Amino acid sequence: MRIDLNGVPLDTAAETLAGLIADRGLDGASVATALDGQFVARQARETAVLRPGARVEILSPMQGG
Amino acid sequence: MFYGLDLQNRLMLGTAQYPSPQVLRAAIAASGAEVITVSLRREGSGGAGFHDILRDCGCLILPNTAGCHTVREAVTTAQMARDLFGTNWIKLEVIGHADTLQPDPFALVEAARILCADGFKVFPYTTEDLIVGERLLAAGCKVLMPWGAPIGSGQGLRNLDGLRSMRAHFPGVPLVIDAGIGTPSQAMQAMELGFDAVLLNTAVAKALDPVAMARAFGQAVAAGRLAHAAGLMPRRDMAQPSTPIFGMAELA
Repeated sequence: MRIDLNGVPLDTAAETLAGLIADRGLDGASVATALDGQFVARQARETAVLRPGARVEILSPMQGG
Repeated sequence: MFYGLDLQNRLMLGTAQYPSPQVLRAAIAASGAEVITVSLRREGSGGAGFHDILRDCGCLILPNTAGCHTVREAVTTAQMARDLFGTNWIKLEVIGHADTLQPDPFALVEAARILCADGFKVFPYTTEDLIVGERLLAAGCKVLMPWGAPIGSGQGLRNLDGLRSMRAHFPGVPLVIDAGIGTPSQAMQAMELGFDAVLLNTAVAKALDPVAMARAFGQAVAAGRLAHAAGLMPRRDMAQPSTPIFGMAELA
């Protein structure tokens, strides 16, 4: 299905947020997530189901002031 | 002091805009800062090596909501930061204008209310406005962070009288000058006025030698704090000789 990951369209077979993170080869402990504008806690990613058109944000630490 | 935590070093350092991760790492060490600010951005947008610096520097992490313009953005960013960094601390920025980067006080108070109720320890980036400060305290904030000048401007304490009033109005509240500091003397001035800490980034990161400048700021903040504790002499309009007149020879 086609979703939006960090503002870029993406075709994915992942069904959950946790699955998407694993597919992308990311360390789940090193990122923060939101689905359709709503914060999704680390322990809730397994049950966060992706639907076509889902807007996923995966953020990581960045230098900041 | 800062949500129950006392800091020996009262310089808080931002981590953005350094020429390299190596320079950032050395600047943090040279400054002596115990608190550094970080942000959250889309995965893959840079920041290589940043993980290691955060892990190795031994500093407390103060995540920010930089760039957020709405209550919803700021609250969601704070929630994501808590999940990722494992801290309740949040430097709450809700920007009201893209050019001035002035805080939106109305959205700021609302976001602070939501986050404090959710267990966050909020460090709100605000102005020297006393009523906004009172509303932030009523919302649950235990620290206020008034700007010295617009972010990144290096203008120093632009409204000295206003900041002095703020210090006097909130005698028991930790106040941190956040933003606008350009020189160590300005940071020292803030500490001499009785502010509890100074948070800055650009003045160190954009110096010709950021590591040396980080050290200079660390020393200036320490000197200003010591001076405030020592009690500054009252200012006088007229001269007064420091050497006694008594016992002076008649040589004329």
